[in-house]
Amino acid sequence: MIRGTWLAVAVLLCASIVRNASGAEEPNAVAPLSAMAVRSLAATCAGCHGTDGHVVKGSKVPGIAGLSQDYFAMQMSAYRAGKIPSTVMQQIAKGYDERETAALGAYFAAQR
Amino acid sequence: MQRRELLRSLLAGGSLAAIGACTSLPSSPKAGRVIVVGGGYGGATAAKYLRLFSDRTLDVVLIEPQASFISSPLSNRVIGGQLQLSELTVSYDGLRHEHGVHVLRDRVTGIAVDRQVISLASGKVLRYDKLVLAPGIEPMLDTIPGLAEGHATGRILQAWSAGAETVALRRQLEAMPDGGVVVITIPEAPYRCPPAPYERASLVAAYCKQFKPRSKVLVLDANQDVIAMGTLFKKAWSELYPGLLEYRNHYVLTGVDATSLTAHFDVADDVRADVLNVMAPVRAGRLAVESGLATINQRWCEVDFLTFESTLGANVHIVGDSIHSAPMMPKSGFMANAHAKVAAAAIAAQLSGQSVNAAPKLANTCYSFVSQSEAIHSAAVYGYVAEAKTFKPIQGAGGVSPARSTLEAQYADAWAHNIWADMLA
Repeated sequence: MIRGTWLAVAVLLCASIVRNASGAEEPNAVAPLSAMAVRSLAATCAGCHGTDGHVVKGSKVPGIAGLSQDYFAMQMSAYRAGKIPSTVMQQIAKGYDERETAALGAYFAAQR
Repeated sequence: MQRRELLRSLLAGGSLAAIGACTSLPSSPKAGRVIVVGGGYGGATAAKYLRLFSDRTLDVVLIEPQASFISSPLSNRVIGGQLQLSELTVSYDGLRHEHGVHVLRDRVTGIAVDRQVISLASGKVLRYDKLVLAPGIEPMLDTIPGLAEGHATGRILQAWSAGAETVALRRQLEAMPDGGVVVITIPEAPYRCPPAPYERASLVAAYCKQFKPRSKVLVLDANQDVIAMGTLFKKAWSELYPGLLEYRNHYVLTGVDATSLTAHFDVADDVRADVLNVMAPVRAGRLAVESGLATINQRWCEVDFLTFESTLGANVHIVGDSIHSAPMMPKSGFMANAHAKVAAAAIAAQLSGQSVNAAPKLANTCYSFVSQSEAIHSAAVYGYVAEAKTFKPIQGAGGVSPARSTLEAQYADAWAHNIWADMLA
């Protein structure tokens, strides 16, 4: 049900504007993230979404393992822009910039 | 410093020749051995993620005296009568069987940082390449006259950490007659989990409203105001528990009388209770204090936030509630889980000769129940700021719930089960 709604919203937001999160100072803002940095970043999602995005059976919080990279990036962008109704994700998404979101999207897309 | 000398000499009495020989652990793991002390949110997460981030090459030992993990988050719902402690209890078998962590039910009696060995109550002596301490908190019962005696007899409970005391506090509430007075005292910040006392007060009030409506819940806070999600808590209290829950600020507890269940305060009049729950001031867990690592006001451990390594002891990392927190960083289970992942990634990098991630991040979401069916949250994302050598909240990110809701109560429950799996499964 929720997933269906998200997909519908995502389609509408295909051409939505993406904007940078106003983040903390990042010394390596242009360097690519190392593999360990991406694993560490993905681990910050795991506190709610489970290790590598796998939630426990029947979880009200959705799993994010296996989502496509584009869909993930689009959702995060929409959360940042406040375009998807949410309790916490609008607030959390603003803590990750586009480069991080792209890396996270690739990481979770690779999880099965 | 003297304490560390003492611990070192205690250890010298043990047989160092027995290192490795007295256990079934591999004597010289190739990639290195990390010993994690404490199996709570910080320690259990560290153990699992050390294995994950090292691609199972590090030998990881977890030392924990309890047979199973018991979650303090959600334990206010046991006090409120909605959950059993068994529902917050998770086995360490997942760490053993899924992740190859050596889980030893034991207690650390000494640390020799210069030789990188620890001694255990069982007599074992273990060598480490890296030590991770996650000792949690210890209530400072001696700071309130009368409290240690009152606590020893079970008359005055604190229930900071989930366990037998949580259930005992529930029993006291059940035994209280309708019309009784429940007093909850809150210490000055910092303490474990900023919203925890306010959540507890809410759930005790919810229980009284349903079963003992003539009762009163007095929340006596040493702080100037509710220190977490204040607007949301106060709105819930005025709308859900009018005349039942009363909040008073600037109540600094100076003593208790366990016989009459009376609380004394620095300025305000004495308050008599039928159930007296004193949430005493807390400090870093005993091991951190006794090993001399808690140098900040003799209460908290200072760490290098890039690696969570102690600023005192080389190769000793400390995570969770026992550290001197960064600005605006709560002591929470979620935060301990986040600390542990940064520490695990740093340790895996250090022991394999790689460079440490220069820009780690942390995320935190604290859910609090305000009634049996509704919850609120506070969230933040933190980035490491190299110039300041600390984590700072990322501007514009984070925030609190717009309003209490049943949806967030469901999320709170889902969060708990997912983070327990993230730590232990």
